[in-house]
Amino acid sequence: MELILQQMPVVLKALNVGFLQTLKLFFVTGLGAIPLGLVIAFGSMSRFKPLSWLTRLIVWIVRGTPLMIQLLIIFYFPGMVLGKNIWGSGEAGRFLASAIAFIFNYACYFSEIYRGGIQSVPVGQQEAGLVLGMTKAQIFFKVTLLQVIKRIVPPMSNEIITLVKDTALARIIALQEIIWAGQAFLKGSHGIAGAIWPLFFTAVYYLVFNGIVTVLLGRLEKRLDYFR
Amino acid sequence: MAILDVKDIRKSFGSTEVLKGISFSLEKGQVVSVIGSSGSGKTTLLRCLNFLEVPDGGSIAVNGETIFDAADPATQRESEIRRKRLHFGLVFQSFNLFPQYTALQNVTLAGQLLAKEDPNFKSKKKELYAQIDDRARQLLVQMGLSDRMDNYPHQLSGGQQQRVAIARALALQPDILCFDEPTSALDPELTQEVLRVIRGLAERQTTMIIVTHEMAFARDVSTQVIFMDGGVVVEQGDPRQVIDAPAQERTRRFLEGYKQS
Repeated sequence: MELILQQMPVVLKALNVGFLQTLKLFFVTGLGAIPLGLVIAFGSMSRFKPLSWLTRLIVWIVRGTPLMIQLLIIFYFPGMVLGKNIWGSGEAGRFLASAIAFIFNYACYFSEIYRGGIQSVPVGQQEAGLVLGMTKAQIFFKVTLLQVIKRIVPPMSNEIITLVKDTALARIIALQEIIWAGQAFLKGSHGIAGAIWPLFFTAVYYLVFNGIVTVLLGRLEKRLDYFR
Repeated sequence: MAILDVKDIRKSFGSTEVLKGISFSLEKGQVVSVIGSSGSGKTTLLRCLNFLEVPDGGSIAVNGETIFDAADPATQRESEIRRKRLHFGLVFQSFNLFPQYTALQNVTLAGQLLAKEDPNFKSKKKELYAQIDDRARQLLVQMGLSDRMDNYPHQLSGGQQQRVAIARALALQPDILCFDEPTSALDPELTQEVLRVIRGLAERQTTMIIVTHEMAFARDVSTQVIFMDGGVVVEQGDPRQVIDAPAQERTRRFLEGYKQS
């Protein structure tokens, strides 16, 4: 116990650095996947059949295979085919590859949630807008969108909480996120070796952060509670 | 001159012909009730008038202007449909109020969006919005909803929701107001409160087309009744004649069903 207290400052400092990378991947994925998911959702709902089939095929593949494999393929495949690393070297390169894999993977999951949300708004809403002389864009932004958001907040909250934890998968291509930082103390880092508690302690970071995310999303859900 | 002239409207869905040539006309201030069993094409007819469906044949003229002619593609331009729709208002069976807006906002929304197309919108915004707001409030008062303006749809009864929907349709001052079974989703008590409002509109010479299953109401309020069956007009004319003394056997059988229930 005394030893742990002694090691604590060094470990926390290293874990903080790792967690910063975790947060960066989380926010970049969110910012990229939330809008990209909408594009994919419109693609899969397109009345132009080849586009909708192609989009659904891609979504099926991405959702049907492990994100870990996708990370490995996105990181290594260009190098194997082109003979050079297109991602750039070092941690920045690994982050770029991770971000691309995560954004694409999560956009596909989000797109299905959006599609369900959009299709669950009764067609009568659209028709009511049309007979009142609104344009399709006005109907989407003024009538449909908020109803869609209200419907997708609960399933999106689930995905977003999963995303917080999924960022740990980027460790497979050696992205130095918090699990990587915790595990380093097992092998030896900052003069500490053979310590497993830092790895366990990373869970506290996830737990606290997910607590904050849950509260914020819960508030959003409440704010949309004023209508049904 | 007739305010509305519908000629030989035809519409098929796949291989099912739902409207097999419907014609009728309507004078300003008149009320036409359309009766008939489910699947007779009444709703499809209203949807065609409101451009929610594109007829396969026939023409529609409002105030002498042909706004739709199946034979003339120039009348079917997407860009003009939006403007032409405004000749008609439509009140739905399921109300279709916008849930995230209050009763008042439901009535003002479309008007505010249209006002943005006014060339002087920027300089007159306050004035235009004040007009829209005034008119919406007046309509809601007229609908007996003066104390409900700031309620959201889910806080209103079905009858109140439908009255908001009527105010919303009236806000844009359509030439012809259409009702698609406006009371079919309501219990008898709420039905009466909505019918009372529609009766009031008829007394104010509002031009209306009402698809309804309320026979007594149709007889009282209409200037003309149309009985449709299988996509054709079987009988049309004075409400007392069509409903009380139908000339056609098919009409008689349909009305028998009502008397029994």
